[in-house]
Amino acid sequence: MSNSTLFEKVWSDHVVVPETVETPALLYIDLHIIHEVTTPQAFTRLRELGLPVRRPELTLPTMDHSTPTTPVSSFKDLAIVGDSAANQIRQMESNCAEFGLDLIGFGNDHRGIVHVIGPELGATQPGKTIVCGDSHSSTHGAFGALAFGIGTTEVGHVLATQCLLQRKPKTLSIDIDGKIPDGVTAKDLILAVIGQIGVDGGTGHVIEYRGDAIAALDMDSRMTVCNMSIEGGARAGMIAPDDTTFEYLHGRPRSPQGADWESAVARWQQLRTDEGAEFDKAVRLAASTLQPMVTFGTNPGMVVGISDPVPDGGDDPSFRKALDYMRIESGKPMTDNPVDVVFIGSCTNGRLSDIKEAARVLKGRKVAAGVRMLVVPGSQQVKNEAEAIGLDQIILAAGAEWREAGCSMCIGMNGDTVPHGKLSVSTSNRNFEGRQGIGARTVLASPATAAASAVRGRVTDPRIFS
Amino acid sequence: MTSIKSIRSRTVVLPTKDIDTDQIIAARFLTTTSRDGLGESLFYDLRYTADGSERTGFPLNKAEAKGCGILVAGNNFGCGSSREHAPWALLDYGFQAIISTEIADIFRNNSLKNGLVPVVVDGDTHRWLLDNPGAEVEIDVQNATLKLPDGQTTKFPIDGFAKYCLVEGVDQLGFLRQHADAITRFEETRAWKP
Repeated sequence: MSNSTLFEKVWSDHVVVPETVETPALLYIDLHIIHEVTTPQAFTRLRELGLPVRRPELTLPTMDHSTPTTPVSSFKDLAIVGDSAANQIRQMESNCAEFGLDLIGFGNDHRGIVHVIGPELGATQPGKTIVCGDSHSSTHGAFGALAFGIGTTEVGHVLATQCLLQRKPKTLSIDIDGKIPDGVTAKDLILAVIGQIGVDGGTGHVIEYRGDAIAALDMDSRMTVCNMSIEGGARAGMIAPDDTTFEYLHGRPRSPQGADWESAVARWQQLRTDEGAEFDKAVRLAASTLQPMVTFGTNPGMVVGISDPVPDGGDDPSFRKALDYMRIESGKPMTDNPVDVVFIGSCTNGRLSDIKEAARVLKGRKVAAGVRMLVVPGSQQVKNEAEAIGLDQIILAAGAEWREAGCSMCIGMNGDTVPHGKLSVSTSNRNFEGRQGIGARTVLASPATAAASAVRGRVTDPRIFS
Repeated sequence: MTSIKSIRSRTVVLPTKDIDTDQIIAARFLTTTSRDGLGESLFYDLRYTADGSERTGFPLNKAEAKGCGILVAGNNFGCGSSREHAPWALLDYGFQAIISTEIADIFRNNSLKNGLVPVVVDGDTHRWLLDNPGAEVEIDVQNATLKLPDGQTTKFPIDGFAKYCLVEGVDQLGFLRQHADAITRFEETRAWKP
């Protein structure tokens, strides 16, 4: 096959029945990650129809969204917040038992956020099709997989048939040329991209991130970039696999082993966009222009450089409404704003390198008086690895909280919320109204910016601590 | 699924752009294990203040909005999460169709699976609809047209298969299962196995 994009190669490798004018393609799914929030109604449907899960071994179930992150000495002590969440978690356990699925539940060393544990286990691999009832499934595209979020009806489709009905999306190339300046991270990069293309710039498209700046990123950073593809409207974002990818995957529990490893790498090396392949749309960005980014409004496209003034939205009422909600003024940089809460974590920035970056800033410093700071590892494994190198001690000594793994304050449905009207600097992915709690005002930023803001009690350029 | 051939109703208008699924239904309502009864939680923090009283200025709270089955929204409606609770809540509240200049991918897909009709219109039609809340319009799903009160008719894009499923009330899982043999053959013959 010549002149194909990375996306087209993965897509065509999974077409069970080709699309026609009348009907969409049947696309085979290699990995289906499931969690407690978007599956109960799908299992109910299977039960009504008397259907089994077609491929239990291709289904990876865990619990992350409605699970508490309060520190516990034993998972027996875990106090789930609210009867409804407790019921949902119990149902996840009983559904997995009933349908023969191997649940990564409480007490399992691999439990964590769906998009953190897939890669960590080596279940996420180049060339796979990966779906989950969660829009940040785009994260797995960092490995050269085609990964996207689906709704609960489609979760049922995949459980029952291992397939989805899909129309082939369009392709969008995002080239980041040059070298990212020191003190600027993958989070800043993707926020800048969304600022440029807008929150609907990728609608109907699969993004491929390309260029020197992308190739230079480690896997954690690539995951941060692909994770937020959906915030630009694209269901999936991909990066061609390379030696960085293969090194990350080598020796992981579910990675190919022995002779299978060699043949897998040989196959994965073919997964790149051919010379001369065409994209439906293309965007370029010079890495050298990047700086730490923070959001000022109520969607991730409302973003500004840390030292730049918040723009004036003219007479756009939606822009005005967002600034009123945020209590932010045009014309001033975000660095003037006092901070109440700082959250480090989520499927965007809850991996070991993110915790390290926060700890680097916090080391020998204190969280400012009146600021609550939560550091929430994305998985039990991240937690264990962070503790093995003493990051928890640095975080606790600074006066921040070190929590159990989970989605936590990113989604505010597990007991971790930002109080009404309070300003949160958060490493998560959405600054939507009420996302972190009713009336919560969210500023999205990198782990370094969030930690620096915790120390100074104001939105802060992290480069002063570099 | 029940068959949906046409919808005739008055509109209620939410002109804000980029209304995300967190605003449609906040995450704290997602601990349910059912798809029923979510209408109560629809746009909750826009409909009610923190102390639980109704926000009088919110369009859905106005008397004339009662019984309206068509929601006209600002550009890029339904962006954000994949929660199917968003269309479930809209349907449970009584909406049958959403009209905007752009509707986010996952939300649109989830809507079609549940019989909530996504209608994307041009800027001029949209502006007229934004300026005329309560207008009685007709959506003909079979012919993919939207008819305004003056009789003017505009086409809207809809995938042929999605339209067929809406009009005939086809459950897509049933359609997928008809291909069970093809799926088995694919699993047996593919070059590499996951």
